[in-house]
Amino acid sequence: MTDRIGPLHGAGGEMMEKLLRERILVHFKDCHAGRIGLTELDDGATVDLPADGEAVITTDSHVVKPIFFPGGDIGRLAAAGTLNDLAVMGARPIALTLSLIIEEGFPLDSLERILASFSKTLAEAGAVLVCGDTKVMGHGELDGIAINTTGIGIASRAVSDASISPGDAVIVTGTIGDHGMALLAAREEFNLASPLSSDVAPIWPMIARALEVGGIKGMKDPTRGGLAAALNEMASKSRATIEIEEGRIPLRREVLGLSDLLGISPLEVANEGKAILIVEDDKAEEILAAIRSHPLGEDAAIIGHVTDEYPGRVVLATEVGGRRFLDMPLGDPVPRIC
Amino acid sequence: MTEPFRLTDPDRAKTLTEAISLLAPADPVKIVHVCGTHEVAIAHNGLRRLLPETVTILEGPGCPVCVTPASDIDAAIAIARTGAIVCSFGDMIRVPGGRASLEEARSEGCDIRTILSASDAVRHAKDTDREVVFFAVGFETTAPMTAAIVLDDPPENLSVLASHKLIPPAMGALLDLPDHGIGGYLAPGHVSTIIGLKPYREALDRYRIPVVIGGFEPLDILYALALILRQIADGTPKVENAYPRAVDDGGNPAALRLIDEVFEITDAAWRGIGTIPSSGLVLRERFESIDARKRFDIPEAGPDEGIPGCRCPEVLTARAVPSDCPLFGRRCTPLTPVGPCMVGAEGACSIWFRYGERRTP
Repeated sequence: MTDRIGPLHGAGGEMMEKLLRERILVHFKDCHAGRIGLTELDDGATVDLPADGEAVITTDSHVVKPIFFPGGDIGRLAAAGTLNDLAVMGARPIALTLSLIIEEGFPLDSLERILASFSKTLAEAGAVLVCGDTKVMGHGELDGIAINTTGIGIASRAVSDASISPGDAVIVTGTIGDHGMALLAAREEFNLASPLSSDVAPIWPMIARALEVGGIKGMKDPTRGGLAAALNEMASKSRATIEIEEGRIPLRREVLGLSDLLGISPLEVANEGKAILIVEDDKAEEILAAIRSHPLGEDAAIIGHVTDEYPGRVVLATEVGGRRFLDMPLGDPVPRIC
Repeated sequence: MTEPFRLTDPDRAKTLTEAISLLAPADPVKIVHVCGTHEVAIAHNGLRRLLPETVTILEGPGCPVCVTPASDIDAAIAIARTGAIVCSFGDMIRVPGGRASLEEARSEGCDIRTILSASDAVRHAKDTDREVVFFAVGFETTAPMTAAIVLDDPPENLSVLASHKLIPPAMGALLDLPDHGIGGYLAPGHVSTIIGLKPYREALDRYRIPVVIGGFEPLDILYALALILRQIADGTPKVENAYPRAVDDGGNPAALRLIDEVFEITDAAWRGIGTIPSSGLVLRERFESIDARKRFDIPEAGPDEGIPGCRCPEVLTARAVPSDCPLFGRRCTPLTPVGPCMVGAEGACSIWFRYGERRTP
């Protein structure tokens, strides 16, 4: 077998069969969420659903530059992205699909690294891969690789992002802006050496602890558009005001430094291992403690409250004591990072 | 171990805002700054909310691409249409000229290149036999870089379309407007590192107005504002340096020598303001061979025509804030800019839009 993806790898014949058996399936062991799973290579998979609760389904496509970045790669990003969308719906992830679109000439060892990383990330959240698909596109028709994943999770009652009200507290589960800034630093054109790494991780195990406490009114993962976009979406859907305090937002020193250097706000870049929780105020401390009891949530903090001063808007109280609106970012300042 | 001194320290900020409140006059006072970086710092930190109601602060002509006359952009486009490569900074390429922007010219097939520094233009010229033109804009901060490439034996196919401007004469020009209402100037830290204090005295002493040079951190700005208000309270207007950790009173003599060697001072057209005496830089006659205006035979331009409905001229002269304009945030946004102040990253409208700056909260 050659060491690069060729057109025949996507043609459905022997070459594709060999690629599947020898390079892809080897990375996935337990592949069942029901009677029929990935191992059977059937036309579909089955998923066992419990009698009570709600099934939650979500889908996401991932492209990223560079494909391997400090702290992760597109495989971990694709898995965590879908797992985390389920987690912030309050759903325990159970099964994922994996659709690979690969450019002709893509190195097979890179593909295997990506799949191993995808598989490891699924295991961290206790979910399994149940079916998949592979397509090959011609050289120059795609930049390396694109991955689509769909995920199914189970929630006793799914948490929406549209039912917050004045008085609620706002929690973030850790430092903000790490993924976006790490990727910016890793881009060749900036030629920067930075100790930053992406926060990409599946957050379900941490979120599960918070859900046990109860009192969670809304959740969202601040990916594209960062904290600013996620908060604006929540404020706007509930016609509420979210007021946060700049001085309470957990930020790494390296993120702040890079943000000053590049003129890009850490509040507007992606996070891939964080969540925003909007919770009943009298449960806030207990929920915060539950989040902090998990290693991913060590830096969690209460950063503000919901009010009714400016419906649909986010207000930032600045560190020096000023106030300003924190609006929806115009566009992602870091294109193609998630 | 003691905490490092932070220029965002809330306690020190509180001390300064208390001083500002004590010093603020009972009557409204309008303070004007002339630097996009100041406006970003003010909006980003919500500093307007820390000032007493009687104290307002506005950006004047502080965005270099915003004040570049449409006729210079038209000249750059005319040059590009001859087949030459035109290089300029990112924002400049998006600003509309009389009819089109350089970006639109690029979509027609002109070779327009975005560069990050003057030396990139030299690099482009070395890589080709075609004519390369550096469209040089900016205040006293960028002029020394342009001067340096002119003096450093540039490739023969490189020429410079110079549109550099000087800040202190523009500050004076605003005070000549009948309805200016300006009570004091927060002078730009970056420009001042180059020019020092003297050019402000030469341009502004006769107006008897407080001028305080300020840095760009929240405490720098609050401190400079406090000094301006103290001058007003004491009735002792003068040029004062509140940013001595970066600005020497004499400026940067090496940079000033470079500017003087390459350029002479001339009257210049400012977008939205008009012609201001002795406010621009043109290449000296001995550098005629590298002057794109001569090489491409660019005619003298007439005055700019305004953009219908756009209040950039009033914003650039600190007679309006961006949200006073009926187009602001509606027809005119950073994605669909109508006037230059919404294009330039240092333009007041662009900054107010990006930071959600309004008269409230």
